[in-house]
Amino acid sequence: MRETLIQVAYLVASALFIIAIKLLNSPRTARLGNGLGALGMALGAVATLFHQAIGRYEWIVLGVAAGGALGTWMALRVQMTAMPQMVALLNGFGGGASALVGLGEALQKLPHGDPPPAWLLTVGLSILIGTATLSGSLIAAGKLHEVLTGRPIVLPGHHYQTASWLIVNVGLMLWAIIAPTPLPLWLLTASSLLLGVWMVLPVGGADMPVIVAFLNSLSGLAAAATGFVLQNYLLIIAGTLVGASGFILTTIMSKAMNRSLWSVLFEAVGGQVSTASAEGRTVRQISAEDLALMLSYAQSVVIVPGYGMAVSQAQHAVKKLLDALQKKGVDVRFAIHPVAGRMPGHMNVLLAEADVPYDLMWEMERINPDFPQVDVALVIGANDVVNPAAKTDRSSPLYGMPILEVEKARTVVVLKRSMNPGFAGVENELFYKPNTYMLFGDAKKSLEAITQALAES
Amino acid sequence: MTEVLFALFIFMLAAFLGFELISKVPPTLHTPLMSGSNAISGITLIGALIAAGSEENPLAIILATLAVALAMINVVGGFLVTDRMLKMFRRK
Repeated sequence: MRETLIQVAYLVASALFIIAIKLLNSPRTARLGNGLGALGMALGAVATLFHQAIGRYEWIVLGVAAGGALGTWMALRVQMTAMPQMVALLNGFGGGASALVGLGEALQKLPHGDPPPAWLLTVGLSILIGTATLSGSLIAAGKLHEVLTGRPIVLPGHHYQTASWLIVNVGLMLWAIIAPTPLPLWLLTASSLLLGVWMVLPVGGADMPVIVAFLNSLSGLAAAATGFVLQNYLLIIAGTLVGASGFILTTIMSKAMNRSLWSVLFEAVGGQVSTASAEGRTVRQISAEDLALMLSYAQSVVIVPGYGMAVSQAQHAVKKLLDALQKKGVDVRFAIHPVAGRMPGHMNVLLAEADVPYDLMWEMERINPDFPQVDVALVIGANDVVNPAAKTDRSSPLYGMPILEVEKARTVVVLKRSMNPGFAGVENELFYKPNTYMLFGDAKKSLEAITQALAES
Repeated sequence: MTEVLFALFIFMLAAFLGFELISKVPPTLHTPLMSGSNAISGITLIGALIAAGSEENPLAIILATLAVALAMINVVGGFLVTDRMLKMFRRK
């Protein structure tokens, strides 16, 4: 009877998770969806506490208190600009927990009887995916937090070594299935940790949105694999839903960079800076005051934010400029490239934090046809996502990547720290176009100067 | 064997459902979708709870308690931070 009630609670929790993910589809219902997800989780967890296998609670209390406190502290304290590393860490912890549960269950069951090969395979998958998610996410978070270099770290013969690690992992799984003892499982755990590190080390900063989405997918699959180990359908359903959603995001991000997941994982770009620079060519500069004047006479302005806006924490300064321009009757919109920043939706979160309404944030396909009618396109710390070489230069590493077509606007103004090339190390033709002006300096300071000049005019 | 097969049916249905549910998320919500769905994948917590309350061997207890803590960070941190973000999204 008690077991039946617990299963009914799991059934309801599954339904709540499905509804939660459905409601996350729209900004108006997303918050409710997140709340229902939390409710489902609470229901599942509380019902589990009545499970008859549970004989004592002291370790549970310890783990729940420690994890709950740390999770709360992290969530309340994290800056919106640090959200990519926060999401990466959470992915990693989820994967790590799944692997530990799978490993623990196997260690407990192995001494009693002969487990079937199919079950041992699920144990192996749970350990492999979960552990690789943990170590890969820690590396990704380290890169995003700039504890590690954001440039790809590539060792000679990288492809072969990654392939060798995969083969070693598969071999260890086979060993565990043929001779079910703890030893191959421990070795598999260690080897999967290295695989995760190996997988993410060569991934560069601009490819991070793809890898964060991919790790998100893996964290779900790890939970699903653990569900197979425990024969728990709630884990399988919830984990698979997350795996599917992460997979879709990974596909969207890869498409927005015109790269396959394979090439992100195995073919690092951005390590080498192109030396074919535009020597002898000059760019036209503009002062904050002149730009303010230009903006105040414009009818339509499109702001294109990039990673530079996040680095200089300029989102609030952007909002002040938005207010000042709207007061003068200028139509202002934001054009957001899918891979601008370091994770899917990074720019949107920062702008939302600064109180920019989300209906002003336009996606690439929707705003590109409008650029010829735009008076000023204001590019703030974005580079590769507005590089016209992606459309015209077959030799460019960016070739084929869909871009925001700012060069079609009547005037383009680029706010940039210096003339350093963007992440891909590619020279940007946009800066040398006759309708482009550059405003060098820290994005936040430049924006404040523009807003100041607008107020005085 | 039949149990694994039955679980595979559930897996397949959930995968198709997941693809149907997610394919239309507006790009504005990509980050909260990731953090929110990630919190849901912390459901592995329930496996960790049973293990932490039932294991006998000291090593297994340590692993299980660590699993509970990691899953709790994932769950609590994920739902809270998602709520913090979603609170900020507003229309004109």
